[in-house]
Amino acid sequence: MKRRFDRRTMLRGTLAGGAVSMGLPLLDCFLNDNGTALAQGAPLPLRFGAWMWGCGMNPDRWAPTTTGEGWALPPELIALDRDLSAGGKVRDYVSVLSGFDVTLDGRPNFPHSGGLVTTLTGRVPEQDGVFVEPTLDSVIASEIGGATRFRSIEMSATGNPNQAYSREAQGLPNAPELSPAALYDRVFGPEFADPSAGPFIPDPRLMLRQSVLSVVKEDGDRLMQEVGTHDKQRLDQYFTSVRQLERQIEVLLDGPPDLEACMRAPQRSGESLGTEVGQSKRTNELMAELLSFALACDQTRVFSMMFSAPISGLRQAGSSSQHHQLTHDEAIDPALGYQPEATAFVLDSMEAWADFVEKLAEIPEGDGTLLDNCLVFAHSDVSFAKVHGIIGIPMMVAGRAGGRVKPGVHVNGNAAPTTRVGLTLQQVMGLNVESWGALSMKATLPVSEILV
Amino acid sequence: MSWFSRDLMAAVLAVAIVGCSSEDGGSGSDAPAVDGGPVALRRLTTEQFARSIHDVLGKHITVPTRIDPDERRSGLLAVGSSFAGVTPSGFEKYEAAAAAVAEQALDADHRAELVSCEPASASSSDDVCAGQFIEQVGRRLFRRSLSQAEIDRRVEVARNATAVLGDFYEGLELALSSLLVSPDFLFRVERAEPDPSDPNRLRLTAASIASRLSFLLWNTSPDDALLDAAESGNLLDHDVLAAQVDRLVSSPRAEIGLRSLFSDFYDFRQFDDGLVRKDAALFPAYTQTIAENAKEQTLRTIVAHLTNGGDYRDLFTTRNTFLTRNLGLVYRVPVVEANGWEAHTFDQDSPRAGLLSHVSMMALYSHPGRSSPTLRGKFVREVLLCQNVPTPPANIDFSIVEDTMGELRTARDRLEAHVTSDSCAGCHNLMDPIGLAFENFDAVGAFREQENGVTIDASGELDGVAYDGPIGVGEALRDHPEVGPCLVRTLFRYSVGRDATLEEWPLLDFLGERFAESGFRVADLVREMVLSDGFLTTSGPREAEMVGAEP
Repeated sequence: MKRRFDRRTMLRGTLAGGAVSMGLPLLDCFLNDNGTALAQGAPLPLRFGAWMWGCGMNPDRWAPTTTGEGWALPPELIALDRDLSAGGKVRDYVSVLSGFDVTLDGRPNFPHSGGLVTTLTGRVPEQDGVFVEPTLDSVIASEIGGATRFRSIEMSATGNPNQAYSREAQGLPNAPELSPAALYDRVFGPEFADPSAGPFIPDPRLMLRQSVLSVVKEDGDRLMQEVGTHDKQRLDQYFTSVRQLERQIEVLLDGPPDLEACMRAPQRSGESLGTEVGQSKRTNELMAELLSFALACDQTRVFSMMFSAPISGLRQAGSSSQHHQLTHDEAIDPALGYQPEATAFVLDSMEAWADFVEKLAEIPEGDGTLLDNCLVFAHSDVSFAKVHGIIGIPMMVAGRAGGRVKPGVHVNGNAAPTTRVGLTLQQVMGLNVESWGALSMKATLPVSEILV
Repeated sequence: MSWFSRDLMAAVLAVAIVGCSSEDGGSGSDAPAVDGGPVALRRLTTEQFARSIHDVLGKHITVPTRIDPDERRSGLLAVGSSFAGVTPSGFEKYEAAAAAVAEQALDADHRAELVSCEPASASSSDDVCAGQFIEQVGRRLFRRSLSQAEIDRRVEVARNATAVLGDFYEGLELALSSLLVSPDFLFRVERAEPDPSDPNRLRLTAASIASRLSFLLWNTSPDDALLDAAESGNLLDHDVLAAQVDRLVSSPRAEIGLRSLFSDFYDFRQFDDGLVRKDAALFPAYTQTIAENAKEQTLRTIVAHLTNGGDYRDLFTTRNTFLTRNLGLVYRVPVVEANGWEAHTFDQDSPRAGLLSHVSMMALYSHPGRSSPTLRGKFVREVLLCQNVPTPPANIDFSIVEDTMGELRTARDRLEAHVTSDSCAGCHNLMDPIGLAFENFDAVGAFREQENGVTIDASGELDGVAYDGPIGVGEALRDHPEVGPCLVRTLFRYSVGRDATLEEWPLLDFLGERFAESGFRVADLVREMVLSDGFLTTSGPREAEMVGAEP
């Protein structure tokens, strides 16, 4: 069914007339049929997400020993053995990408940032921790994020507002949501148009906010004439952000999402922010649930989650050491062949990753679940953290991306650049890009083994 | 222009200026003439955003804090602000914050303080009154007078909004929101103009100087008196400028400026963000209240010492401080005052003297579960001495440490294991001998004799000066020749929002000498700096750096 009226046009007309009366009889004709109408005809949205954990893994214990399908679960991926309520196991939805490397072309390996920045931007950083190009999630968001209320949603389970995973052009950090309660308010607070809430009446203030935004764009235009080239770029970013808010207001004026699976997320208690590993896992899980509801309502199509920072601050209550410290200081147990305390945090991280995937698989959508229409990229900053290894950066991909990717596969990159994965993800998300990255990190071939 | 001729030119100009400087108590400056470096938009920091709103729109307003986090560059939020931008999620939050602020500013209890005119009717629009409000408030928020077009468009917003909402003040809220989310408010705009006395040079406009001054000294938008001086053009007159500097420096609000300055230097934002966390099982007595008190103790100590005209270097040795009862428990000294602060002087036999022995510093530069001589030493090197410590090599070989972990009981033992490895020694030798002298203070800054049952050896050495324990390292630091010049450099970067250019170095050297001559009085340094070319002139707008250039 197609909508015969555009609510926005009608309301604009009313506002321009000066006197505004938006009674129910007028608005009845705009109501949707509780979300089913468009959903039956239109394809379900495709979403991209990134999920990172810090301080890597033990390569011999993390990577499967055989490639293709049917690989045996290695000890550090045991968390993927979990059963899903919709059937199957987490591992059935996850492909493992091992053996993809970062090559520095003679530049120094800045600990914990060299591999990360290169994998996410395709370029080796020239200064420690400095991003100059946008991260993969931002590249994808700038292409597909414009259709939804939020261009993207950034999350972090570290409790630290100053550690951002996602970067815009010039390295501008996209600040993450730290608190599940704040994320709930942002997405499902009073502005959320709840499809089950009865007749939809747009708030006339929304259009007044639009008038405010058009004034500040004029301010920006004037300022643009006075500043240098660097500030012009920064003001461009400001304009992009203003336009995104305009888009958000348009979406809100459109009323409840026409998606069958859409409903307001449940409100949960028990939030506790910090890097004690139980806190981070709980935050990750609460946010994953909120995100799954937000995605089902098409509030955004791009998201990221920093479970732990590159210099991972995860710790056990009562311990004087953090994950990162342990990766360097803890002795390799000669009997076990690895660092037991540091490795416990790898297992925790993989459990948190399984928690995240599981939440996306709990929302039914179309003939399957939300996860079927997602493409989620998980990775760390290093492989073996003790030496800041950037050979074989651990990566995984979860979801079916609307049937475009094949899950449950193990691919060994055989020293191919990690950017091949970034290229593949962009292509799957519909970006028209034939190569990605620079110098040795330039990738031209997608990882065809995971493509359908 | 080559290095040589640039230096030569600076020297020639310096001589020329000295020749005509006056000696009557500082109305002239004999600072070397330099062209100041480039200007850029500076996004208001979280603190500046809140302070500006409080000062212009009312102290009663609850300003949302979590917007776009400030970015730290070159060790300062003040430098990061010249690179910070506005992201989509950041703008979303700015807009929501603007609406919340506007509503509080114009609520029924407070609108009379802000809107000096009475609308013809409370339920319909009044362009004259709205225009008057926008003009007055807009000037403070934009830190310059608005153009007629900027006012008119906002009068229109207010008019349309009043028509829809049926309330004059609610309409005005939208106009106020449009000021608060404007790039002219969110960014400090520093503008350049040709210097009439030498059209080949650029100077900052009077309004830009007013903002620089106000944010440096009060960390907020300029007040009306300063804006008046700027907009009449008088501020470009040296004597008027000097008088305004004196007014701002001698105001009680200068304390805010000092606090902001040192909070930025020392990265005290981490306290505000609740990030100075400690393991609850290991440090059960450490609470959020103690963390907040600890930060406040250090800031109070700095303010009291510097506003009394104290020698900056004595901050690292002074035994005078302020305590609460909570802090008294950590320091194990009695505090009489049951609620609030009291002045305290640590005993001569106390291990505490100087800022570095404060709980704030020791807790901030530690891990959640243990002290960190390396972080403490790095802080002293990088922040207090402005020396760069290289990042560790990527492929660190810790095999020396591995097999004997159980035997390494103290931080010194563990670090000495690192330092026997050549690839680590170069840098760790810069940091550890400083940090190890603080090992008697644990991860929350409490005093201890032993670590894991072994008596702590707190001896060390700073650039040739040997000491034993925290008192000694404070004294060595106080007398270190770089401690004064480092403050000059940091203060300059903080003021102009960028690193000094090569051309500005002679000026910084000069300011360093003058700082020493003044007995390291910070107020004198500030005054000398803001009256110098480094502060008042510019090479023009900063241009974009080439990014992604092939090596």
